Amino acid sequence: MYLNAMLLLAAILFCIGVYGVLARRNGVLVLMSIELILNAVNINLIAFGAFHTTIIGQIFTLFVITVAAAEVGVGLAIVLLLYRNRRSIDLHQVDLMRG
Amino acid sequence: MLAFAPSLLGFVRPDIDWHAVAPELTLLGVGAAVTLLDIILLERGRAYTSAMAGIGLLIALIPIVTLAAQGDTREMFGGAFVVDDFALILKAMFIVVAYVIVLLSTNYIAEGDYWENEYYGLLLSSVLGMVLMASARDLITIFVALELLSIPAYLLATWRKGDPRSNEAGLKYYLMGVFASAIMLYGMSLLFGLAGDTRLSEISAALSGSNAEPVAILGIIFVIVGFAFKVSGFPFHTWAPDTYEGAPTPITAFLAVASKAAGFVALMQLVHIGFGARHDVYQPLLWILAVGSMTAGNLMALRQNNIVRLMAYSGVSQAGFMLMPLAVAGDIGSEALSAVITYVLIYAAMNLGAFAVIIAVAHRTKSGDISSYAGLFRYAPAITICMSIFVFSLAGIPPLGGWFAKFAVFRAVVEADTGWGYSLAAIAAVNSVIALFYYAKIARMMWFEDTPEQADTTALRVPPSLVAALGLTGAATLLFGIYPAAITHFTDSALIALSY
Repeated sequence: MYLNAMLLLAAILFCIGVYGVLARRNGVLVLMSIELILNAVNINLIAFGAFHTTIIGQIFTLFVITVAAAEVGVGLAIVLLLYRNRRSIDLHQVDLMRG
Repeated sequence: MLAFAPSLLGFVRPDIDWHAVAPELTLLGVGAAVTLLDIILLERGRAYTSAMAGIGLLIALIPIVTLAAQGDTREMFGGAFVVDDFALILKAMFIVVAYVIVLLSTNYIAEGDYWENEYYGLLLSSVLGMVLMASARDLITIFVALELLSIPAYLLATWRKGDPRSNEAGLKYYLMGVFASAIMLYGMSLLFGLAGDTRLSEISAALSGSNAEPVAILGIIFVIVGFAFKVSGFPFHTWAPDTYEGAPTPITAFLAVASKAAGFVALMQLVHIGFGARHDVYQPLLWILAVGSMTAGNLMALRQNNIVRLMAYSGVSQAGFMLMPLAVAGDIGSEALSAVITYVLIYAAMNLGAFAVIIAVAHRTKSGDISSYAGLFRYAPAITICMSIFVFSLAGIPPLGGWFAKFAVFRAVVEADTGWGYSLAAIAAVNSVIALFYYAKIARMMWFEDTPEQADTTALRVPPSLVAALGLTGAATLLFGIYPAAITHFTDSALIALSY
């Protein structure tokens, strides 16, 4: 059983994803970083599911994949709208409102 | 626990209790019907959609009343979906709140040049997620309910497509929301790994006998942090002011009341069932969140000049008050649930009322500045009285509803009889006084300041749907304060004790 190796891989992916969300300025790259976190979650769920010999982990993973697709669809729509209105997807320029 | 082979070969369709899922199915049906109406009738459908959404929501209340009349607890899917009194009272609240939001939206959306049908379709699907959340006693159900209520809300916040402010509101809400739910999912995957099951009751059993300390602690922290975003608790509140300012105002009211309440529903279920055994982990975390939210929210609210941003920061501070009983939940059990639900119900009434006034006034002044409320009493006396009731209720002045809400949470933390509880009560008392300053600022502006020179001071006409919304929320705010038994009857701790 390679549970530890799987969990380590997931933890590394999670950290890369969190770093990407916090550090990247490009809207699409931030969306990709969020996908990395969700894939870390999927690896965790499948590894734990196999460890406990239960199918629930895989079912949960299917839900995560499906919902993530819907989420990214909405995210890309919002980024596209941003591009149409400002010709840029640099997130640091999105600061009309402050305080 | 299911093994691989039998679960695949001997699949049996789980029993479905149609009466128990009737509210969800009604909402789904109405949402689909509104969307279909859009496809079939196109522009001609515009006139009917808001009425259809409103009537559909009222129809969804019928099965809730019949379920409440029967009064028994119904379980489905091995305890993943439970309909008990806790779930019913919150489902009823979500549906009534959504009805008031439809009343607020009717004129606001019709006057803008936007598709209405999609608006109400998305609103109903978000409400469906909230109603589902009240019954979710399982990680997968909680996750699906959370996304079902969030994803339409991201779109609704971005509703005014051509307005860069609305784009910004949606983008910030989306990015923070998705990031928070990803972190929450990572926590859920760790909790699943510990228990080998997604049901909260199983997770509770695994946590109480666990020796895998770091996994348990990390899982609990990540999940609570994910929901702290949803309830806009400090330091995860940064999206709230910008999103509230840029989104259409009825949606701001929806996010500030319903979405926040849904976050609390999930937190209550997780803390009370799932993490019950580990109050040594979640109590200090929630204590810090509660104190941080009420203090930071208040201090930021003091410097705001825009009424919607002020309401956003006041919402952060109110979330701190709602978190108080949960921070001592391990010591007082279902008393904490009772206090939180009482606060959430009263907060829904008074906050929706305040947003109804904001929409009515903004229709005239086209401005969100607090200074535009100067001399409101001269040309809109009834609205001024309503707004005074709502802001003083939010500040917690007797005999208005907000007073009883504050009383309930103070009683809960003092009952815990611990250092954590008393210190929380002391900090909350100081914060109640600070909050009075900015709420009173609005009241002073309306009653005592002079109307600006160029302002239009003919009597303010308020559309009938807004009058209905103001009447409903104003009556509830007054009733809950003068006659608290009207609300404690439903939120009694023996009644709403969670079943699982």
